[in-house]
Amino acid sequence: MVEFSLWDILRNLLMAARWTVTLSLIAFIGGGLVGLLLLVARLSKLRGAERAVGAYVQVFQGTPLLMQLFLAYFGIALFGIKTSPWTAAAVALTLYTSAYLTEIWRGCVAAIPKGQWEAAQSLALNFGEQLRHVVLPQALRIAVPPTVGFLVQVIKGTALASVIGFVELTKAGSMISNATFQPFLVYACVALLYFALCFPVSLVAQSLERKLHANRR
Amino acid sequence: MLIQLDFSAVLASWPLLVRGVVWTIGLTIVGTALGLLLGTACAWARARNLGHRPAPLRWAVASYVELVRNTPFIVQLFFLFFGLPALGLKLSPEFASVLAMVINLGAYSAEIIRAGIEATPRGQIEAAHSLALTPGQTFRRVVLPPALQKVWPAMVSQIIIVMLGSAVCGQISTPELSYAANLISSNTFRAFEAFIVATLVYLALSMLTRRLLMWVGARFLVGR
Repeated sequence: MVEFSLWDILRNLLMAARWTVTLSLIAFIGGGLVGLLLLVARLSKLRGAERAVGAYVQVFQGTPLLMQLFLAYFGIALFGIKTSPWTAAAVALTLYTSAYLTEIWRGCVAAIPKGQWEAAQSLALNFGEQLRHVVLPQALRIAVPPTVGFLVQVIKGTALASVIGFVELTKAGSMISNATFQPFLVYACVALLYFALCFPVSLVAQSLERKLHANRR
Repeated sequence: MLIQLDFSAVLASWPLLVRGVVWTIGLTIVGTALGLLLGTACAWARARNLGHRPAPLRWAVASYVELVRNTPFIVQLFFLFFGLPALGLKLSPEFASVLAMVINLGAYSAEIIRAGIEATPRGQIEAAHSLALTPGQTFRRVVLPPALQKVWPAMVSQIIIVMLGSAVCGQISTPELSYAANLISSNTFRAFEAFIVATLVYLALSMLTRRLLMWVGARFLVGR
């Protein structure tokens, strides 16, 4: 048996944490783009768009992320495309993130008084211009704290990708724990690394929220 | 034709699915009941308008809440199930699952309930004191019911998140719904179909649970 020092364990976990961060960023950015598209589709009053996006959100919020990952993993393969845990995790987490973000942002847009839309309309702005110049700049300010807060959920969500064989922090933890027979130490380190990733983001979200409240008063 | 779905083999294993659903519901009920108790206790310890608590208590509760809220559920579960035996504390998969759910919901609900408690005006608490209610009576009868009523929708969402999170418990072989799906997929080689069925059952469960809990809230929390 190879002897692992605490430093060996931490170093290997840190290497794996890179993939947690990478996957989180992919999911967050991809999910943000898809979520924005869904939001615009919903706001544009296209026929059926509101119901379709509502159903989309309900499906992703009403089912376990773990099942979504499995479905992506086995579902993409059904189309004859060879799936790696990478693609499956990226696809599932992007869709999951987009559903939550579009719902968060919908709430932010709904918080903009109706008079603002009407005023923009009375200035003969078209839908795109109303959105770009009047509604979104205001909604964006409200949206920042909950969006940053949701990043924590995304980072924690990537831990589930370990189940379909994606080697990130959690999976690396199981592998190292199997090799070293020190599960207590290894999982404690894994938890602390997640904490080190998430807690600063939580703090930023909280302080942003406080700032926003202070401005409103 | 690449896609050929065949649900017959999966649906033929319905007893496994039923057992999974029963376990998922059971885990959720026990986890929620105990988690809400723990959350209420932590909210009581952290609420700013209920008088001063000893600093060590406040610190301990705050660290617990932040630690749990900033780490993934799966890591908490693995820590309990794989990590604790190293200290001589061997838990069964089922017990570890319930414990992880209680710890998880306890931290989240503590913050939700605290928000409700801190919305109670100081004057109401003083009024309750002046009626010679003890602090315990004040909390149970004056502070808690309206606080729960205010935050109930957020609470329901959190309970559903915990129920969906329980899918992870199958990874340590707790026989809940996702474990059943895994089992069926390896028995029948119909992985996609098995997970589609399980996912739809989860969707139905979460929609029904939301309805039920909102009804319970409207029925028992309002007008007290």
